[in-house]
Amino acid sequence: MRRTRAGSTGRFWSRVVQLAFLACLLLLWFLATTEWGVNQLLLPNPIAVWDQLLDVVMSGEFVSDLILTLEELAAAFAIAISLGVTLGYLISRSPYLIKVFEPLFAGIYAIPIILFLPLYVLVLGLGPASKVALGATIGFFPIVLNTIAGFGTVDQTLQKAARSMGANGIQMFRYVLFPAALPVMLAGLRIGFTVALLSVIGSETLASLAGLGHRIVNLAESMEMARTFAYIVFVVAIVAVLNTVVSRLEARGRWR
Amino acid sequence: MAVMRADGPHRKSWLQPGASRLAVILALLGAWEIAARLYVDRDFLSPPSIVLVSLGDVLGTPGVPEALGLTLYELTIAFVLSVIIGLTVGLVIGLGRFAHRSFMPIVLLLYGMPQITILPIIILLFGIGAPSKIAFGVSHGVFPITIAVAAGVQNLKAVLLVSARSMGASRWQIFRYVVFPQMVPSFFAGMRLGMTGVLLGVLLAELYVSTAGIGYFTGIFTQNLDSAKLLGLVSILAAMAIVLNEIVRRAEVHYSRWRA
Repeated sequence: MRRTRAGSTGRFWSRVVQLAFLACLLLLWFLATTEWGVNQLLLPNPIAVWDQLLDVVMSGEFVSDLILTLEELAAAFAIAISLGVTLGYLISRSPYLIKVFEPLFAGIYAIPIILFLPLYVLVLGLGPASKVALGATIGFFPIVLNTIAGFGTVDQTLQKAARSMGANGIQMFRYVLFPAALPVMLAGLRIGFTVALLSVIGSETLASLAGLGHRIVNLAESMEMARTFAYIVFVVAIVAVLNTVVSRLEARGRWR
Repeated sequence: MAVMRADGPHRKSWLQPGASRLAVILALLGAWEIAARLYVDRDFLSPPSIVLVSLGDVLGTPGVPEALGLTLYELTIAFVLSVIIGLTVGLVIGLGRFAHRSFMPIVLLLYGMPQITILPIIILLFGIGAPSKIAFGVSHGVFPITIAVAAGVQNLKAVLLVSARSMGASRWQIFRYVVFPQMVPSFFAGMRLGMTGVLLGVLLAELYVSTAGIGYFTGIFTQNLDSAKLLGLVSILAAMAIVLNEIVRRAEVHYSRWRA
């Protein structure tokens, strides 16, 4: 009893420290722009940023960029899933193929694939196609690696037991392999979603004609700093919401 | 015969997995070579043989060796800074229970942020030279190291601390002989993730800045439809990334083997 109370008061003070830390940052930011004369072109006033953020959200100006980015993400993720899960499952059926392909994919995954963006742009142009392709490429690797790991490590005893009870191929997949592999595979899908999202926004930032990443670059290059910061806050919030939704979905799928 | 060929862990394959892997890579390169020579416009995709030949041209382009050297320098500095900052902050957060509970969520929050969104601002603040790239690399590399170090000292077994203290170890001795060895494997795991992050951050910033460095040359090669040179430059950078990753990975394996 005493321990739990000590634990909860400790937790309370941790929250206080966290909030105080964030409040201090905001206060420093505010003072830097109002009192200490930091150039507004480098650091806009937080209140101005807040006003701009309200304006962005209220005016609905963000809608077309947001929809484009989400469409690119959806296409990239769909391609990454279909290729990653199919290939991963086929490879996982043979220990030999796992040994051949798993280190290969893991090795490529460690390279920053964003390096190849100029090639994608050269072949597919500045439009959405190059973003979709890059997002699909980068999202593919965690998905295929986790699918291999999920299906490749299903307990041999379970498989033998099911087979000795006369399970056919479909039953084997439906009742043994798939449920056993699902948690690892879902973790791969979540990571794949996150990296695909980041690479879509990233490639919009580096070379594009439209989309949320492009909007931030445009505003920053025209020195509209308050609005740039507002858009950054907006995009960070969108990404946080999407990641939270996907994590929830993953947790729910795992429970089933 | 049929029994011998039955599936199972005892089946001997006719090729070692490593050899098959090499064969797969060669087959892919071969397919690319054929496709690029027969079906695709040379302006957009060059076959690997021509890319290989053009590597000399890429390195002979005035400014490219300097840009590559500068990138390597930025990667090194960014990685060293990430390790120093990550180690310090990680130890401070990891060793104090209260500090851990208070600041770990903030570190995780920052780590989860899409840092690419602040790239334009980093460039405005630090300019188009090396400082902005180093700063962006550090912003990607520092968090995994911090988290790994903090997690590494968190999992310390209380028994070890108590027994060290009961044998009269000083604070420094406890750190040197109990905390530090315990932390080494996760520290190196963090350094590997940190290297991945630093590579991503520095190369993103290099590609973003189109008026100097790597980004300038990728832009020029793209506009000239010089796909062989573009692929050559990208391949050199990818090779650089592979070597750096491999160094850190080897170090990780080397320093964690005593635990196995």
